[in-house]
Amino acid sequence: MSDSSAPPAARPSLLEIRGLTKSFGALKALQDVDFTLGEGEIHALLGENGAGKSTLIKVVTGVFARDAGTVRLAGDEIAPRSAKDAVEAGIATVYQEVNLLPNLSVAQNLYLGRQPTRFGVVRQAEMRRRAHALLLDYGLDIDVGAPLASYSVAVQHITAIARAVDLSARVLILDEPTASLDRHEVEILFRVMRKLAADGIGIVFVSHFLDQVYEICDRVTVLRNGRLIGTRDITDLPRLDLIRMMLGRELAETTHERAASQPDTAREVCVSFKGFGKQGYVAPFDLELRRGEVVGLAGLLGSGRTETARLVFGAERADSGEASVAGKAVRLNSPRDAAGLGFGYCPEERKTEGIVADLTVRENIVLALQARRGLHRPLSRREQDEIAMRYIRMLDIRPPDPERPIGLLSGGNQQKALLARWLATSPKLLVLDEPTRGIDVGAHAEIIRLVRDLCEQGLALLVISSELDEIVTYSNRVVVLRDRAHVEELKGDAVEVSSILAAIAADAPTAQEVAS
Amino acid sequence: MTLRIPRRGLAQAFALIVILMIDRAVSPQFFNLHLQDGRLFGSVIDVLNRGTPVALLSLGMVLVIATGGIDLSVGAVMAIAGATAASLADTHSLPVVIGSALAVGLACGLWNGILVAVLRIQPIVATLILMVAGRGIAQLITEGRIVTFTSPDLVWMGNGAVLGLPTPIVIAIGMLLLTGAVVRGTALGLLIEATGGNARASELSGVGTRAMILSVYVWCGICAALAGVIAAADIMGADANNAGLWLELDAILAVVIGGTSLFGGRFSLVLAVAGAMIIQAMNTGILLSGYPPELNLLVKAVVVLAVLLAQSPRLGDLSRFTARWRRSKP
Repeated sequence: MSDSSAPPAARPSLLEIRGLTKSFGALKALQDVDFTLGEGEIHALLGENGAGKSTLIKVVTGVFARDAGTVRLAGDEIAPRSAKDAVEAGIATVYQEVNLLPNLSVAQNLYLGRQPTRFGVVRQAEMRRRAHALLLDYGLDIDVGAPLASYSVAVQHITAIARAVDLSARVLILDEPTASLDRHEVEILFRVMRKLAADGIGIVFVSHFLDQVYEICDRVTVLRNGRLIGTRDITDLPRLDLIRMMLGRELAETTHERAASQPDTAREVCVSFKGFGKQGYVAPFDLELRRGEVVGLAGLLGSGRTETARLVFGAERADSGEASVAGKAVRLNSPRDAAGLGFGYCPEERKTEGIVADLTVRENIVLALQARRGLHRPLSRREQDEIAMRYIRMLDIRPPDPERPIGLLSGGNQQKALLARWLATSPKLLVLDEPTRGIDVGAHAEIIRLVRDLCEQGLALLVISSELDEIVTYSNRVVVLRDRAHVEELKGDAVEVSSILAAIAADAPTAQEVAS
Repeated sequence: MTLRIPRRGLAQAFALIVILMIDRAVSPQFFNLHLQDGRLFGSVIDVLNRGTPVALLSLGMVLVIATGGIDLSVGAVMAIAGATAASLADTHSLPVVIGSALAVGLACGLWNGILVAVLRIQPIVATLILMVAGRGIAQLITEGRIVTFTSPDLVWMGNGAVLGLPTPIVIAIGMLLLTGAVVRGTALGLLIEATGGNARASELSGVGTRAMILSVYVWCGICAALAGVIAAADIMGADANNAGLWLELDAILAVVIGGTSLFGGRFSLVLAVAGAMIIQAMNTGILLSGYPPELNLLVKAVVVLAVLLAQSPRLGDLSRFTARWRRSKP
């Protein structure tokens, strides 16, 4: 769908990344990744959370140092050591949250640090004249003397892009630039991107909106779990194949054991939701969770998976529908309500929403139980030690030291301690958002085994994962989400990677694929 | 817990001992005690006695700071409570006087707590409101005068003695024990540390973070009110303009010297009070030395810097660095 007519392969390459590897401790964030960006190309970089997109960007822009691999810009090897180095080399990045100064004028933002001066005095009029001319190039005819904050996010983005490009950028990285833009603003941004591409600038476009990828990009590169899955021309890539690249393995690989699926009427309904939803967040859904059953939530990033989990746990307040536990309608307005009902929630953002890094493993494990018991019934130190040691042994948390600050543990062990936090409350329902994200391979398998064990012990589980094979392995039922709505529920033998992929990709605007 | 405090408190204990030794050097009678009219006298007692208001403030402040907040209004709350107590002293019984003053402190704390916990205003701004307005309120109560009183009961609060110890010291020790019992005897301490360490995660674990935050500001108000009553009792009058002036900064300093991070999380009541004592031991030492009191501020700054450096993780890095540098030299 790009308006550039040259075949992508014929373009001289601008940015060449070969064998890029980067680890954080035991976690391999990037493994032997290749990436090539041509002159005048718009290249989508896709993948779920944790796939390695941001690590790749941060290595290229000098925020992280790489462990191995080469990065060449126009043939010369570069090794930026800071964002400033990268900008000087010609690689500019515009993030979702615009990194400019909202209280300064548009013109000041464009020329900050390099204002035109005469005898040391900033030539305001000259600066405004140049700023205005610069933005006219981008199709913006605005008052550049007004503060940046008085303009829409789209204008702020374009200002950021204009500044970046004007600093002699040859490669422009746009990280989720359209996430907070409306349709019209996206059009304006795309016009700017096409113009820059026509001028020979290479653009890396990170987005989770596949429609936009099909509309603007020439090629896509997909990462998964820090590995390169592949680079394709967008014109030869049906949407189903793209989603398969992002979420699942090749279909041939997906023959593996499945959780035994009893008919779900045999199990006792433990928690149910009717017409539960929140406007602009997740469309109203019905959901029944039964004892001894795992329900998987599948969908692309931004499809409403995490949002569903947060509604179920009361972290976000629903504005329609009702929740009931064992047939009785219940109030579910806060995590405190949910914890009181016997729900537990391990959020995806383990560091910011899960662990209390300064506290010990013991204190982190007893936190939810203590909160539920209330202030006046403190767990004695002995009880705390017992609980902590019981779960440290049961879940094999390492090192087995309850007095170590949890922030010093590896991701997998932190995740186990968070599971322990909820298991200590003897919950009825556990909601796990990406329980295996950012965890090394060994711990990954252990967590999956734990999920199954817990299920056998009669817990109801609601599990989110972008690893479809993982979901298929442990789920008795899978709810598929698309565009913030629950669109399909698969059960029994229908729980297969291929059927989940089909449900995610269904209803895609195939017209575009046909046109291209 | 019992093991942790001594280990964490090494820097503070060391600082306190060094300062007391210096005090002893400038004033050889520093550690002398004598009993007179059933009350102990001496420089050490003086340090404890003078340090009481800041120690009381730091007991409330340390909890507020542990939640990641700050309370700038404690000095002003002292003035309000002092004014309340002074104006009631000669007409009401001691329980009524103290009860009213504490109720006023509780109301002030509740106001701060609601602004921070419910309306989610940044603590520094929220408590700045009462810091400024509080002096005005105190002046309204005293009608712009310095209200003096003669009530022997209230005077006893500032100048009396219990079992030979000055009353303020006994009150401060009592408050330390009471606060310790409330905070460590219940789950409050853990939940406050969790809230200060990571409010989002605590909320998602079912901790009532709003109630935690509200309660620490209320307790801080009550502690400040008690400090205000003692300060008023000490001078037998309430000075709306000067009572507790700038003491909020000493209280914050005491908490920081006591090793509680301004970002919240781990806290220690005992070390916060030790921080208050370190500050007072310096003040007293300079007065005894005969150097001009202006020097006090500079010395205070140096000691604060020393204690903070001793706690800084960067210092560890630095010493490793210098060690490596020394090794690498031939």
